Amino acid sequence: MLIPCPWCGDREDIEFKYGGSADVAYPRDADAVDDATWARFVFFRPNPKGQMTERWVHTAGCRRWFTLVRDTVTHQITTA
Amino acid sequence: MSRLASGGRIDRTRPIQFSFNGTPYRGYEGDNLASALLANDVRVVANSVTYGRPRGVFSAGVEEPNALVQVGNDTMLRATQVGLVDGLEAIGLNGRGRLSLEPDGHRYDKVYAHCEVLVIGGGRAGITAALEAGQTGDRVILVDEQAEFGGRLLGAGWNDWLETSLGALRSPPDVRLLTRATAFGHYDQNLVLIAQRLPNGGRLWQARAKRVVLATGAHERPLIFANNDRPGIMLAGAARAYVNRYGVAPGKRAVIFTNNDSTDALAGDLKRAGISVEAIVDVRAGEAVLDTFPSPAGGGGQGGGLGGVTIAPLTGGGSRREVECDLLCVSGGFNPTLHLFSQAQGRLRYDEALACFVPDAAPPNVEVVGAAAGDLGGRGQGTIMPYWVVPSDGQDWSTHFVDLERDVTVADVRRALSTGMRSVEHVKRFTTIGTGSDQGKTAGINETAIIATQLGQPVGAVGVTTFRPPYVPVSFGLMAGRNRGDLFEPIRLTAMHPWHVAHGAVFENVGQWKRPWYFPRHDEDIETAVLRECRAAREGVAVMDASTLGKIDIQGPDAVEFLNRMYTNAFDTLKIGSCRYGLMCKVDGMVFDDGVVMHLGPDHWLATTTTGGAAAVLEWMEEWLQTEWTDLRVRLTSVTDHWADVAVVGPRSRDVVRGLFPKLPLDPESFPFMAIRESETAGIPVRLHRITFSGELAYELWTQSWYGLALWEAVMAAGEPFAITPYGTEAMHVLRAEKGYIICGQETDGTVTPQDLGMSWILSKKKAFIGRRSHRRRDTARPDRKQLVGLLPVERDQLLPEGAQLVVEPDGTIPTKMIGHVTSSYRSATLDRTFALAMLQSGRERLGAMVYAPLNGHVVSATVTEPIFYDKENVRRDS
Repeated sequence: MLIPCPWCGDREDIEFKYGGSADVAYPRDADAVDDATWARFVFFRPNPKGQMTERWVHTAGCRRWFTLVRDTVTHQITTA
Repeated sequence: MSRLASGGRIDRTRPIQFSFNGTPYRGYEGDNLASALLANDVRVVANSVTYGRPRGVFSAGVEEPNALVQVGNDTMLRATQVGLVDGLEAIGLNGRGRLSLEPDGHRYDKVYAHCEVLVIGGGRAGITAALEAGQTGDRVILVDEQAEFGGRLLGAGWNDWLETSLGALRSPPDVRLLTRATAFGHYDQNLVLIAQRLPNGGRLWQARAKRVVLATGAHERPLIFANNDRPGIMLAGAARAYVNRYGVAPGKRAVIFTNNDSTDALAGDLKRAGISVEAIVDVRAGEAVLDTFPSPAGGGGQGGGLGGVTIAPLTGGGSRREVECDLLCVSGGFNPTLHLFSQAQGRLRYDEALACFVPDAAPPNVEVVGAAAGDLGGRGQGTIMPYWVVPSDGQDWSTHFVDLERDVTVADVRRALSTGMRSVEHVKRFTTIGTGSDQGKTAGINETAIIATQLGQPVGAVGVTTFRPPYVPVSFGLMAGRNRGDLFEPIRLTAMHPWHVAHGAVFENVGQWKRPWYFPRHDEDIETAVLRECRAAREGVAVMDASTLGKIDIQGPDAVEFLNRMYTNAFDTLKIGSCRYGLMCKVDGMVFDDGVVMHLGPDHWLATTTTGGAAAVLEWMEEWLQTEWTDLRVRLTSVTDHWADVAVVGPRSRDVVRGLFPKLPLDPESFPFMAIRESETAGIPVRLHRITFSGELAYELWTQSWYGLALWEAVMAAGEPFAITPYGTEAMHVLRAEKGYIICGQETDGTVTPQDLGMSWILSKKKAFIGRRSHRRRDTARPDRKQLVGLLPVERDQLLPEGAQLVVEPDGTIPTKMIGHVTSSYRSATLDRTFALAMLQSGRERLGAMVYAPLNGHVVSATVTEPIFYDKENVRRDS
């Protein structure tokens, strides 16, 4: 799979590490949320068949974290 | 000898000596092992995997399911793909191949290639496509799995065209031609993996192509009938190839069994080679081969081959006839070779007229041409009457072989269906059709058709099983390439490594680092050496190379705020020139990593990490900076390799350091615990830290890596009067465990909170930090979680194995409840006994109680203690 790094362009996937779903926002005030809400943030992640917004880091390159949209069926990548 | 006097592409002036099953034979340049065996009348090549039935050459290519051989360390090769070389020694497989225990002597390399157009398959369609692409000046790669380009055209009267076309392909500079190169994997965005066979090894090509042209041709499939596996039965196209390309008569008396036009030219070819054609059995004419019988010779040796066939009308009953023959050429039609197309997520559809699966929707930038695209004109398939299995009398299906390599019959498929399976994928797994090393190239579509016939469904509705890489077997040696032995992965060495080697260190791998494990004197074993090294650190002075610690340079006006958020404890009160131990949690509140954070100057900090965690910590920090805290002005740099770190440890360490830095005030008031000083010795700039990982008075001397060895040698010289003792990671582990200092990844495993470790003191109540919210979760705050404790085995000499499970009753009934496990366990010179650290349920409530570790055949009893065994008051550390 070729992954488009915003700095370096298309690179082989072995240069990257997966950072999971990008759709999960860190709660603005963690202390203000109840246990159930906090647990959803910490432990629950979407696992769609199709388009998924996810984070990657160009760990063996420029160390840039970035977001992209990948189709989990076809591996077609569109930048977010 | 069945070698023809003339014809074919072999060079009769260049004989090649080889042996098969110990018997010497002769072949010619241009032969492969299969053609040479046929030329020498070797009919039985191997015995089948389950039933041990004799099998001979069935095909002339990569699809071969029968003629499996071992050559040297290569345990499972197709005779059709083994090029003949002088001195070749091959053995026919008797059932399964046996892995060789000898080291693989082949040489393998990897090549990365990029091109605009990659053409896979060097037959007529592939060569044509490559010619077209080559004219544009694009970078073109043309690969073919055979020893020469041409595919089915070889020996088929196309020599002039081939010569002209290949000549034209050789002139453009950007056209690369690869033979003996099998494209075996087609991945996302046209990454294609190609295995190239070379005389003593091979090359793994990883080609990235803008566009891939699949000119992969078609595989002929057999018709299925009783006893369809005898040596002498082969695909009709293969028989033609042996006659025309290799100048070999694969038999003397032939019968042709077909359902299509492709065999029309075969009879003429056979006759020209002196082979009599005894019968042409055409299902379109209402006849079929019902069964076969063996040659009278019978038994093993050259017997066991085909003796003749029984021919019967398709309608059943009627008159039957027996025809003697030693060659049966079978054609059931052609399957476009779409393995790579499917791997790349191309979709197939069944074409009723062609009676085969053809490409439907192609993936982006993939094009299929020629026979692979369903253009079977070149094969001469013409009109075809779809036909799959000839039923035999009495409904016995046990010798109707569907998958020859796997020894699977129609009876097995029927059994699968009778258990209620309907999906071709399920039938595949139940019967193992298509799971052999040939990947069912001659079996797959027949399997589908049998299922369809049995279930009364259209063939297209049953579909095919998923094609997965690799298309052909690929050796692990090829995939490893040169990445074995010392080149398996990068080896990281510290600046002091040459000294360690010269002084007999025994090394252990810590991530990619080689670290001294212990320094044996004379013939000391590890236990004696470590006890000695520990005693030196506790009683005199010892020295360790700590350079492998991860080091992250942190700069920027918001560095303090950043550190406060990353670490559980606060850093805003830490003065320049001081350092502090810090602990990091993940969002779930579990301990992630630890280290010492140093305040070096205005907006300038440096954090150490565990040796193994350095990369993960840097990534973690970057993730927060780049994705959540984008307003913080902080920059991170990995400086792990920039610094060498010499840890001088023990009550006499101050004397050694004083010898090196006579002008530097070292008394505890001037240079207290956790302070940093800059100085130099013998022209080497050194940053001194009073940090300890042993609990003793200790100094970490840092210098830039290129001074590392010089500094180490200076320390050894200064320490000589004090009998300074080098020590390794094992003694380091013992010393820190005696003090109850954790190692992230040893005491912790991603399920341990700071509270579990008894480290609530390090959790700031005044600021937010990553993981804090999770510490309030009900599960994280449970009182009965596993907690860090010490263990003292009742027998002072008994060593608990790390990882041992702990129970409350010494002889409880099984299954018994496990309440914890040993995380660290050592012999202590200081305590003069063994001791351990453990994670134990409600551990702090069990202090003084007994726990038990049931091991193989015996039980170790131990008393639960505080996890600190030595100098609880930190008198020595602060002295």
